[in-house]
Amino acid sequence: MAKAKRPQQAPQAPVSSSTLSETERRELLRYMVMAREFDAAMLRLYRQGKAFGGVYSQLGNEAVSVGTAYALDTKADVLFPMHRNIGSHFVFGQDLDTLMVNHLARKGSQMRGTDGTGHYADPAKRIYGNVSHLGAMIPVAAGFVLASKMRGESCVALTYIGDGGAQVGEVHEALNFAAVQRLPLILVIENNQYAYSTPSSLEFACERLSDRALGYGIDGVTIDGTDVELVLATTRKAVERARRGEGPTLIETVTMRMRGHAEHDDFAYVPKAMLEEWAAKDPVERYAERLIADGVMSTESVKQLREETLAHMIAAIDRAVELPWPDAEEAFRNVFMDEVAQ
Amino acid sequence: MIMTYLEAIADGLRVAMRNDERVFMIGEDIGTYGGAFKLTKGFLEEFGPQRIMDAPISESAIIGAAIGASLNGMRPVAEMQFIDFITNGFNQLVTVAGTTAYRWSLPVPMVVRGPSGGGVGGNPFHSRNPENWFVHATGLKVVCPAFPADAKGLMMSAIRDNDPVIYFEHKGLYRKIKEDVPEGEYYVPLGKARIVRPGKHVSVIAYGSAVHMALEAAATLEAEGLDVEVIDIRSLVPFDEATVLDSVRRTGRAVVAHEAVLTGGFGGEIVARISEKAFTFLDAPVVRVAAFDSPTPFAPTLERAVLPNAGGIADAVRRTAAF
Ligand SMILES: Cc1ncc(C[n+]2csc(CCOP(=O)(O)OP(=O)(O)O)c2C)c(N)n1
Ligand SMILES: [Mg+2]
Repeated sequence: MAKAKRPQQAPQAPVSSSTLSETERRELLRYMVMAREFDAAMLRLYRQGKAFGGVYSQLGNEAVSVGTAYALDTKADVLFPMHRNIGSHFVFGQDLDTLMVNHLARKGSQMRGTDGTGHYADPAKRIYGNVSHLGAMIPVAAGFVLASKMRGESCVALTYIGDGGAQVGEVHEALNFAAVQRLPLILVIENNQYAYSTPSSLEFACERLSDRALGYGIDGVTIDGTDVELVLATTRKAVERARRGEGPTLIETVTMRMRGHAEHDDFAYVPKAMLEEWAAKDPVERYAERLIADGVMSTESVKQLREETLAHMIAAIDRAVELPWPDAEEAFRNVFMDEVAQ
Repeated sequence: MIMTYLEAIADGLRVAMRNDERVFMIGEDIGTYGGAFKLTKGFLEEFGPQRIMDAPISESAIIGAAIGASLNGMRPVAEMQFIDFITNGFNQLVTVAGTTAYRWSLPVPMVVRGPSGGGVGGNPFHSRNPENWFVHATGLKVVCPAFPADAKGLMMSAIRDNDPVIYFEHKGLYRKIKEDVPEGEYYVPLGKARIVRPGKHVSVIAYGSAVHMALEAAATLEAEGLDVEVIDIRSLVPFDEATVLDSVRRTGRAVVAHEAVLTGGFGGEIVARISEKAFTFLDAPVVRVAAFDSPTPFAPTLERAVLPNAGGIADAVRRTAAF
């Protein structure tokens, strides 16, 4: 069977010299390190047998989550993250303790234990989490900014979907609707080559997922998802377009899912060579090296950042995991808003 | 041969595929990976990628394509990685599959199957028991096996059936329940209930995981001098009303149990049939035991609180017996 060529290499060249300030660049690295070390700390919890629910590593996706979310106004825009976007939560200012109590569904969770992982909503932080059903929140994100638009407010929605999830019918309906209504919606298709065990060749037959933009009459681009500054610059352009009322943008970020679908999965189906190839393009390592080369950070300060961040993550996770489970009575409350304390 | 519930389902599928070229499977990660629960492990090697087809994450395409293929001579089995994702294929099932026989007099011999049920910390989106949505849809057969041998026999019957069948597996039973399962071809007819435990005092009518809760309750109550009859209805559509009514006419008391939420659940239908057709035999009101009317919560403390259990069924039987 003839297969369409896959975008292994991003068609766009990375920007050579940075247009960002040193503060911005340090911040980008810091958020990426947070995502990276959060993963490491969760993996540790999983190995201790203390994790609850699936542990979905975002390893390799740091530049996508951070670079896209960083382009937004976190006080006015809105984030609809997916399961590998912990970095986006951090950029939107979510604090670790809130994140962890929600994630592990402990007493004090914003979801009262009814749900867990990154599924929470924190309206004050402008974060509305996902449901498990892939793609289900994209029409919702469109409707959210439709309301802002109706009131004449400037609010851009940033949301994500995988190379697999992009095949859900609701994604199509949402994009078309957003295009027709010229809604300020940015959909990032995180093409990390696999959907669970299924390779891209069995998920879609177009060469680039951003090719679909043409069919919706919107802007679309495919970029290297391991280059945080490129991701940021691309998203900023999409944000500007959205603010000018020019409607949605589709951004396909090409990366590699560097671990299994979740930690129970040994990902034996992924060719080793593919992982090695992508390991050489590690978004965090590469950006750290770049900042060191540009004299923005020192080797020592990067090392220190990583160690301190990891310690911080482990401490927060260990605190959360010791929290009690929510009281059973919570289960019988709030099925309807009538009972929710306002 | 002793098989787990999961192995028995796989065995039913395998035998059907060996016997009938028209049977093929379509779903997400069922091939190379062998399925999220490893139910189709080894299937790709035996049957090849044409018959064990890894599909994109597109449940309505999966179900719709199964309908189309079944209109054109095949007998597809579509897997939902978790039955919760059947919501994405709802329109195909309800609008197309369930109306075809009635409108066109054409068979749609397909099966949609997948893991349902709670009790495993699955979160609100990996724990549903949505069987009754499809009962109300009309034109769809609905099967909920509780035991390995039945699971195999009902699977083989579902595949051979000329109507669309939705086959709800309970993921909590996959590796928990084992028993001797007949080898080779084995058919359990759709629409036949089974008296799993005969008894004189109270009839407990259940399906799926609730059958095991009922059996546990019956064992507890035996020590208290209560002889409980447990009926596993096995399929909701068609529904074996006769076996249920016969039991209630003998015992005069009934408890109806399922893991799905109470309101609008199939239990209500069972109670209505008893009330309409065996009212004069009743010595007590019929009591239902089911999940609290909420999404299935994630934290174990909450999940335990909403789901029914053996203790709840035992209490209901005691109340019914003492009425
Ligand atoms: C509608 C729907 N179908 C199936 C699933 C089960 N499922 C969860 S994640 C996943 C793979 C997702 O792959 P992709 O969209 O590429 O995202 P990635 O995990 O690779 O980031 C599947 C099949 C689901 N959550 N929702
Ligand atoms: Mg993917």
